[in-house]
Amino acid sequence: MFRDVFSLFIENRKALIGLIILAFFSIVAIFAPLIAPYDPKTNKVEVLSIVEEEIGRTKTVEREEIDEFTEKRVYTQSITTTYEKVTTKLPLNAKPSRNHLLGTTRAGQDLFSQMVYGTRITLAVGLITGLFTTLLALTLALVAGYFGGIVDDIISLFTNVFLVIPSLPLMIVIAAYITVKGVIPIVLILGLTSWPWPTRVLRSQVVSLKNRDFVRVSRILGERPLYIVFREILPNMISLVMASFFTSTMAAIMGEATLEFLGLGNVSVVSWGTILYWAQNSGALLSGAWWWFLPPGICIALIGTSFALMNFAIDEISNPKLRKR
Amino acid sequence: MMNRQESEQLLQCRNLVAGYRIKSGFVHAVDDVSFDLERGGFLGIAGESGCGKSTLAFAIMRLLKDNATIENGSLFFKGTDLVGLREEEMKKIRWVDISMAFQSAMNALNPVLSIGEQLTDVIHAHGEVRQSEARDRAIEALKLVDIPRDRFNSYPHQLSGGMKQRVMIAMALILNPDLIIMDEPTTALDVVVQRTIIEKIQELRKSLGFSVIFITHDLSLLVEISDTLAIMYAGKIVEYGNSDELFNMPLHPYTIGLMNSFPSLTGKITRMGGIEGKPPDLLNPPEGCRFHPRCPHAMDICEKSCPALQKVDPRHSVACFLHKGAENL
Amino acid sequence: MSGDILVLEGVRKHFPVNSLRRHGKFVHAMDDISFSLRSGEVLAIVGESGSGKTTTANVISRIYRQTEGSVVFEGRELSGKMTRTEELKYHKRVQMIFQDPFGALNPTRTIGRIMERPFVIHRIAEDRKAVSEKVDSTLTQVGLEPPDQFKRKFPHELSGGQRQRVNIARAFAVEPDLILADEPTSMLDVSNRMSIMNMMLSLKESHGVSFIYITHDLAGARYMSDRIIVMYAGMIMEIGPAEEIITNSFHPYTKLLKSAAPAPETGLKRKPLITGGDIPSLIDPPNGCRFHPRCPFAKEVCSLEIPPMKKIGDDHYARCVL
Repeated sequence: MFRDVFSLFIENRKALIGLIILAFFSIVAIFAPLIAPYDPKTNKVEVLSIVEEEIGRTKTVEREEIDEFTEKRVYTQSITTTYEKVTTKLPLNAKPSRNHLLGTTRAGQDLFSQMVYGTRITLAVGLITGLFTTLLALTLALVAGYFGGIVDDIISLFTNVFLVIPSLPLMIVIAAYITVKGVIPIVLILGLTSWPWPTRVLRSQVVSLKNRDFVRVSRILGERPLYIVFREILPNMISLVMASFFTSTMAAIMGEATLEFLGLGNVSVVSWGTILYWAQNSGALLSGAWWWFLPPGICIALIGTSFALMNFAIDEISNPKLRKR
Repeated sequence: MMNRQESEQLLQCRNLVAGYRIKSGFVHAVDDVSFDLERGGFLGIAGESGCGKSTLAFAIMRLLKDNATIENGSLFFKGTDLVGLREEEMKKIRWVDISMAFQSAMNALNPVLSIGEQLTDVIHAHGEVRQSEARDRAIEALKLVDIPRDRFNSYPHQLSGGMKQRVMIAMALILNPDLIIMDEPTTALDVVVQRTIIEKIQELRKSLGFSVIFITHDLSLLVEISDTLAIMYAGKIVEYGNSDELFNMPLHPYTIGLMNSFPSLTGKITRMGGIEGKPPDLLNPPEGCRFHPRCPHAMDICEKSCPALQKVDPRHSVACFLHKGAENL
Repeated sequence: MSGDILVLEGVRKHFPVNSLRRHGKFVHAMDDISFSLRSGEVLAIVGESGSGKTTTANVISRIYRQTEGSVVFEGRELSGKMTRTEELKYHKRVQMIFQDPFGALNPTRTIGRIMERPFVIHRIAEDRKAVSEKVDSTLTQVGLEPPDQFKRKFPHELSGGQRQRVNIARAFAVEPDLILADEPTSMLDVSNRMSIMNMMLSLKESHGVSFIYITHDLAGARYMSDRIIVMYAGMIMEIGPAEEIITNSFHPYTKLLKSAAPAPETGLKRKPLITGGDIPSLIDPPNGCRFHPRCPFAKEVCSLEIPPMKKIGDDHYARCVL
């Protein structure tokens, strides 16, 4: 059964494109250290080499400016070893060039490396939050939907109340007030504000499945409720759960970017959102440094698109009428 | 050339072939079907799911779309062959001369329009008519089906199943057609409501004089209400003729099997037979007679060739080697 | 009465209406339902939509708890709360077959897995091999041979008739004493109906099961059952031996059902229906006899109070003042 759904998914063109984009970014995230030419936070490149090793040499410190950006220093350390350190400062606010595929920031950091490392945070936050939100929503939905009665009333009440609260302002307020800044708080904030919508959607599905004849048959046969929930109802919800997951992940990525852009995250962590924050802060738009704000924007849009495409594919698979002949 | 006697027939279907083109081939939903319908007549088409009866209904109305087409044959309606007709010409005939009442009115009525609006829409779509006149005609049509005028502005969800079906019939009648095709119009309804609707249709037939093609799987109902019966199986008509004759002397094993599937309210209670197996895949129908895999009397010849519909009596034809056709092969 | 496997006494089932506008109102799905089912008999419940026949089945199978009244099965009254053991014991004795063959099967599971459940839940077979053998023999009993071929398939790969056979097999698997069949053939192709009905009858004989057969088709009820109950708008209108009900129908509603049913033999000799009208709303049912607004024989007393069940003949009762 699941093998069928999986192969249907792979065969669908939209899903394939979405999956390829996601795979591309995933590879970039995983192999970031190998792909990024520079350290994302640094604004210089240092090449260290040993000139001499000899005991008893007197301390030497020499400094030579080779050009506008490069400086050579020769110094002795540990009495015995003489190092030569060539420090090259990266250009500031530079347009894309061979050395810097996406140019540099105003502080001289290589944007390509930032983008590459930023993929890690963006994807990680997105996927973890998506997973957290979906699992939370699914659990609440199954409990509320299957058991009904007062349990359902309470959970639905909570869901509806949180649903009505606008999530973005809520996120901003919470983020502005907490003292701990960082990635984990972001995950928690995003997760705790976006669970109502999927809960509602999944709960409806649980309720409608619960009233299907085959669930009634199970009850009449004497199945235990837990078995019915996990072996009868849940397998029939897989596509909806997947769609929920993709939607939540997409929302989390957007949410993370938004919060970072507003400076509510930890601005010293490199993610696409913080790149945009610094770009904004440094007036990149005004100075026309398109290489600074365009790449993060485009990449966020691309990842969002990939999840949207995969969502469409799931729609098409679950509703055969939408499939193209 | 139509001679005078033939032109008294309202509709003459001759060797109609229609179906669906799919990736793996052509599904012959209607395979070489012929029948006649006289003015004011009532033709019942009996068949189970997948026999092609709905495709036949849509074919007559020229409503087949996309990959569904009429491949061959003719449909002579008052002398004109509908099969070759251009769409503009067909539009003048559709609903004005031939209309249709669909299966499951629940889905055929637009849920966001009142029934009055839907009726007047039909009128406006087929000619320039003043609003007030259209409204009057719509109220008239509702009256014909016993729906009070205060329901003119009701929405479909405010009506019962029976009432919705009657609205469907009013819509089919409103332009005074010569022929109404009804595709399982009463299947989803309770038995008493069904009977009310049937009685209403008969009454209206008497007063307005239209002909009916009634398609359903309920053979016991059809025998009662139709003049002529056609039994369809796997895209072909296997038995055809006057309903009394067919009922009293069914010839085709499928017809006999079908009749043996309806328990009766009178007479001795005996164990009845039914039919084994299931209807064939119309993409790859069986070789020879399409019913032979399920037929209790299948002979060698039945596997090799398909019997043609042939007269055994002036008002009774059957497509079966048990009765006719074997002597020529 | 001894020999009665099931007795319903004054059972009422009202569902609250969940809308703001009609708060405090109820759907009177079942009112004053009393009847008994004898061991080994087939009792048909005949009615149109809204008659309460499916709700009755749902109450007997404990999908719903009755609002009022008692349900006594094999001498023991079913109480509102049952322990897990009691529930399990009950479900081993009482099973149900549903109308929609496809809806009653989980589309994500194979037939083999679906058929295993009854044996596993009720510990009818202990190990894998025994369960598998049981499944094989049950599938063979309903004509799905060779069983291995069917066990691997998913519901959507079977025909309607085959799916219903699986449902029937599943219901018989636990060797119940009572089976509720809710319109088991109405969604099948006509040519399949007879074989399914015959199969249920022969399984009933071989397993010694009592049957409640729910249908809207009077002729089908006559074919299948020993006794018939006629229900209308949530109440029983007439009850008696099948042949009696049909040849000597007493209640005007029963007569209406009979005259509305297709009967090819009558042909032109058919008389028009004795009355028209629609089934009443169950939220605001008519006062008194629920059929009186449509009844051609209605008297004044009919709109004032609900007639009690009156004895008409041997084992034959009707709720009518006539």
